[in-house]
Amino acid sequence: MTKSELIEHLIDRHPELSVKDVELAVKAMLDHMTESLANGDRIEIRGFGSFSLHFRAPRIGRNPKTGDSVSLTAKYVPHFKPGKELREQVNESIEQGL
Amino acid sequence: MSSLTKADMAERLYDELGLNKREAKDMVESFFDEIRESLAANEQVKLSGFGNFDLRDKRQRPGRNPKTGDEVPISARRVVTFRPGQKLKDRVDAYADTRSETA
Repeated sequence: MTKSELIEHLIDRHPELSVKDVELAVKAMLDHMTESLANGDRIEIRGFGSFSLHFRAPRIGRNPKTGDSVSLTAKYVPHFKPGKELREQVNESIEQGL
Repeated sequence: MSSLTKADMAERLYDELGLNKREAKDMVESFFDEIRESLAANEQVKLSGFGNFDLRDKRQRPGRNPKTGDEVPISARRVVTFRPGQKLKDRVDAYADTRSETA
């Protein structure tokens, strides 16, 4: 499912809202989530999962082409941990033969 | 450090888009339901800019009960993994920069 398919589904599900409102809502929600992580905040969605930042220590890397070593600075990467409900539903899809 | 919740997201839709409180709450609920339903149907979710939710099938592997030390097989399972998109990675990188400036 792509973002535009997600928007289509939400439009079908919310006939009380205009197409424009649904499009803006999806953009606003993703921007809000991005902003929170960019501020170093966590996201906690019960039943779905949580997003947080994981720290990556600085390290010496190598340019795979030349073999030269390059020092890589410390960084943060977004991490998602699925919630119990999502984990169970996804795992059950195996048994349903999907 | 604070956490963003569904209630915060609904509040934003109310403030910025003028949805009423009920509509805002329902929209946030539906948004995560749709993503979850897609993943539960073994269909990947791609939200450009934000990231992709992928599914991976893991084979059964040997494990242990950490309390008793007994060997118990960990059954085959399907798991969700998240790969952040470029825009999200860039925005989070910018956070690391502000941290190193203040450190």
